[in-house]
Amino acid sequence: MLGLNKKDSSLFLLVLLLVIFAPFLLNPFPENSELAQFNAGYPDLMQRFLIFGIFAIGFNILFGLTGYLSFGHAAFLGVGSYAGVWMMKLLTMNVLPAIIISVIFAGLFSLLVGYISLRRSGIYFSILTLAFAQMSFSLAYSVLTPITAGETGLQLALDDPRILGVSQVDGTIPLAHFFGLNMRESYELAMGGWLFTFNAGYYLCAVIMMIAFYVAIRIFRSPFGMMLRAVKSNQQRMNFTGLNSRPYTLAAFVISGMYAGLAGGLMVAMDPLAGAERMQWTASGEVVLMTILGGAGTLIGPVLGAGFIKYLENIFSKINDNILYEWFSALPTAVADVLVFVIHPFIGKGWHLTLGIMFMLIVIFLPGGIMEGFQRIGKMFSRKKKTATGPSGAAPAPAE
Amino acid sequence: MDAILLQILNGLDKGSAYALIALGLTLIFGTLGVVNFAHGALFMIGAFCAVMLSRLLSLSYTTIDPDRTDFLGNPLKVETPYVEAWFGPETGAAIIDWSVPLAILFSIPIMAVIGLVMERGLIKYFYKRPHADQILVTFGLAIVLQEIIKYFFGANPIPTPAPDVFAGSFDFGAMIGMDPNVIIYPYWRIVYFLFAAVIIGGVFAFLQYTTFGMVVRAGMADRQTVGLLGINIDKRFTVMFALAAVVAGLAGVMYAPINSPNYHMGMDFLVLSFVVVVVGGMGSLPGAVLAGFVLGILESFASMAQVVSLLPGINQIIIYLVAIVILLTRPRGLMGRKGVMES
Amino acid sequence: MTLIRKPLSRRSILRAGAAGGALLATPTIFTSRAWSQGYLNEPTGSTVTLGFNVPQTGPYADEGADELRAYELAVEHLNGEGDGGMMSTFSSKALKGNGILGKKVEYVTGDTQTKSDAARASAKSMIEKDGAIMITGGSSSGVAVAVQALCQEAGVIFMAGLTHSNDTTGKDRRANGFRHFFNSYMSGAALAPVLKNAYGDDRKAYHLTADYNWGYTTEQAVRESTEAMGWETVETVKTPLAATDFSAYITPVLQSDADVLVLNHYGGNMVNSLTNAVQFGLRDRVVNGRDFAIVVPLYSRLMAKGAGENVKGIFGSTNWHWSLQDEGSKAFVRSFGQKYGFPPSQAAHTCYVQALLYADACERAGTFNPCGVVEALEGFEFDGLGNGKTLYRAEDHQCFKDVLVVKGKENPSSEFDLLEIVEVTPVEQVTYAPDHPQFAGGALGTCNSGA
Repeated sequence: MLGLNKKDSSLFLLVLLLVIFAPFLLNPFPENSELAQFNAGYPDLMQRFLIFGIFAIGFNILFGLTGYLSFGHAAFLGVGSYAGVWMMKLLTMNVLPAIIISVIFAGLFSLLVGYISLRRSGIYFSILTLAFAQMSFSLAYSVLTPITAGETGLQLALDDPRILGVSQVDGTIPLAHFFGLNMRESYELAMGGWLFTFNAGYYLCAVIMMIAFYVAIRIFRSPFGMMLRAVKSNQQRMNFTGLNSRPYTLAAFVISGMYAGLAGGLMVAMDPLAGAERMQWTASGEVVLMTILGGAGTLIGPVLGAGFIKYLENIFSKINDNILYEWFSALPTAVADVLVFVIHPFIGKGWHLTLGIMFMLIVIFLPGGIMEGFQRIGKMFSRKKKTATGPSGAAPAPAE
Repeated sequence: MDAILLQILNGLDKGSAYALIALGLTLIFGTLGVVNFAHGALFMIGAFCAVMLSRLLSLSYTTIDPDRTDFLGNPLKVETPYVEAWFGPETGAAIIDWSVPLAILFSIPIMAVIGLVMERGLIKYFYKRPHADQILVTFGLAIVLQEIIKYFFGANPIPTPAPDVFAGSFDFGAMIGMDPNVIIYPYWRIVYFLFAAVIIGGVFAFLQYTTFGMVVRAGMADRQTVGLLGINIDKRFTVMFALAAVVAGLAGVMYAPINSPNYHMGMDFLVLSFVVVVVGGMGSLPGAVLAGFVLGILESFASMAQVVSLLPGINQIIIYLVAIVILLTRPRGLMGRKGVMES
Repeated sequence: MTLIRKPLSRRSILRAGAAGGALLATPTIFTSRAWSQGYLNEPTGSTVTLGFNVPQTGPYADEGADELRAYELAVEHLNGEGDGGMMSTFSSKALKGNGILGKKVEYVTGDTQTKSDAARASAKSMIEKDGAIMITGGSSSGVAVAVQALCQEAGVIFMAGLTHSNDTTGKDRRANGFRHFFNSYMSGAALAPVLKNAYGDDRKAYHLTADYNWGYTTEQAVRESTEAMGWETVETVKTPLAATDFSAYITPVLQSDADVLVLNHYGGNMVNSLTNAVQFGLRDRVVNGRDFAIVVPLYSRLMAKGAGENVKGIFGSTNWHWSLQDEGSKAFVRSFGQKYGFPPSQAAHTCYVQALLYADACERAGTFNPCGVVEALEGFEFDGLGNGKTLYRAEDHQCFKDVLVVKGKENPSSEFDLLEIVEVTPVEQVTYAPDHPQFAGGALGTCNSGA
């Protein structure tokens, strides 16, 4: 299908189905049950899953294939965001030009950074990219305030010029739309105790994410992808055969920078604001963690890693003691008190602790990330049917 | 002229903090080949050793003073530290006052144990794993350590003053025959700088002049051969990990009076100290120390009003800018060895 | 611990629906606009949900925790539990202690992380998932401005927490956003006369300014008001947000002929820069025969605690302090202190007051509809909430009230007793025109109810 082999086609179809039916899958608990706290099927989080999925897929094209560990990818996302918001301020509230300009600007910036940073490899490369990203963040937060609005983040105002649109409608800033389809528009479906939300912005993200995913599969399977893998396994040998690897790695760097810009553009399309924190090293670190956590070098792993981190951040940070007491309301007060006392450090303001522990557990027990977990489960079942597969079977390529 | 002298002093001070952390990072990296993202957390725990000790020393019993009231109008509870009750108010107060220097002794066993447990319990299993996995697991550990400290000590900075003797500043300019009242420098910062020099010197002497150190250096250069000679290099490397933890911890203890410790101070230093290590050259101890001082001093110069007004924002990015320039002109940093962490 | 039932207006609809027997049989599709008749997240059940969006991780986590305590207290009082706190001293008597408009108040919490992105994500989940009708809280201007714009776009009310930058009610003001906290301009205007009395009118000031938006507006405000009374500004230097060691910025002060150092820093920056300044002997320094002075325009007790001994004798301004002796403050300190065992911070105070003001506005408007609430709050004059007579100005949704000038206490009697009130600057002195240049360039627009 679409020039993909059978295995990739089925993976693509699986992802497609998951994305289409995500509003159902992510809201497994009835609205008025206590477990509804764990529902993730609301527009903002669903959009974030896809957007960070795109970011991680792009990062994986560089890191998973070439092994070059960039610690500055958040800068491209940030540059893309700023370009996108400026487009919406100056040109039109249609999100398409904003997304396109985001990709272009992120691409240009990554070309510059990549051209310089790729002169070095290994940790020297990582530190160079980190340095560029940190410089971008520091400057955007401070001296570039006239362009970036610094601390408060760049956002729309009532007096934006907006050449192909209106500045304001009766004192209200117009909403972002895609050829008239409002990004905030949602349809809700109530079925028994369940409530499902279908959001226009989410489905726009979904279409773009599937395109991005398809392109990534094609890159992974192309001769170009092979070349990048060769860089990872033995760059020296590659150079000896007379091939200059730099153009290939630079191309991979720019492509992944454009993916980051695309993610940034989508972010402002869904929510027109660009903050400098998006470029901080912690944000760059986050995409590295997403990729490794999900499974570097695998096609879908990074998306899962992105979903995992965003889910923890958005769901766990919102659980507070009251909610805990409610869960345990059936239990005797003393037991409930003890349980709340034990769980308390891990929720709400302690969600970082849960995150740290999960990082450690996953990397200790599942060296190939979440994808390895799935493979092991899959193997458990297949072993029951057939008897023998090798013990280490098809472990995914390690990260470096 | 005075301005430049002062900024060099400032830079030496900042540089010694960078150098101490970078030294530990390089020790761990050079011996064990592990990228330790939890190193900043060790620095932070060191600083909290000082906080902890001063809290322990100030453990108090309460008496009720009926004459005074607290903010709710209830009788005021007066806290008297046990040490003051035991040793008399003056000696007791003096002991509490000296809690930061005392914390040096207090922190060494704590940091050594933390280092040993970390290496034996976790890092050991990651020697053969890719660097990315090492980064992920130590980063996770750093978050966990940080959150534990936050759980017990809160997120706000906690003032941890130096003993009163070192509280003030002295007129450095007048001492070297310049105009008085211009080059003023706090005592504690000089103490910090000297302390850092002693620690750095000690680590180098240890590696240079003891048999243990010699074996470790040999192991750093060629682990396999040393192992073939029948030397248990692993055990020595474990000790080196503990040593690196102690160095980071001591850097933290002594830093506590300069900036009130908070739970995320380790993360603030982590990125900068990585830059320092890489600029110094991976695996090179003198490189790490040199880079620490160079970057510290340059950062101080870039903060001068004259420089900032010429190049706005330069004080924000100077370290990264210098790192880029150095890495582009010297591929392996200032003193790096070929082939280390390049693939 | 009181149990608070799961909130969610949408859930109550569903609950009602399920009771009516409309189970799996008839899936109903409706747009988000159709199902609530009037406005977004209209509470239709017996409860109303508020969203408390405060920093729970990062450097301001302690301040956020104090804000959350205040909100929990406010919810208790609104629902008629506890001693009622400031509800009894509040000049408006619309609140009856039976929730808001007869609906029990419930709440959801979130973590802003003091990052505009994270704060918006958290606020969005409250609006989209939990059906919150009002968002409040926060501990920095960046977050306040970002969340305020979001609430405007979505169509819910935003009651700002601690945010001091002029821009929140200046160039970034929004019709759906309200700020009770004071701002940079007011700090400058309140401080200047006190500084003149204490240090004279011919001082030379050296500014160190945090290199971001709040720092800029504070530096401008303090500079303009001190220059107006005769001071000279020798130098202004921007310091990076990430800076931890300020020695490189402090030492040049020694070389200048400045005799006052103004630290436009907040949070960890303020703790460190003040500590460093004292280490370098600035507090004991004598320049041109006069004692050197340090000024911290925005004080917070939590941060003063971080700086320890170093705050002694240093002037600053604050929105509110627990040692105030008016009836409102006393009632609030009593009920907060009894519940938690220590006095509230200014962040806690402003958040508590904001929650009460919102509830009161709903009662007076007779609706939760954001446009009705906006109308009820605009131009609202009240008293008894700890700051004396206060006006919510209609033009920019900023509260105008007395400003406290405080000084680090020389002999604190407890770990909370760090600041003493030097002067309560009357509101007339800190009032400015809505189109004052420091606030120019913004417009409220019209209220948005999400309908």
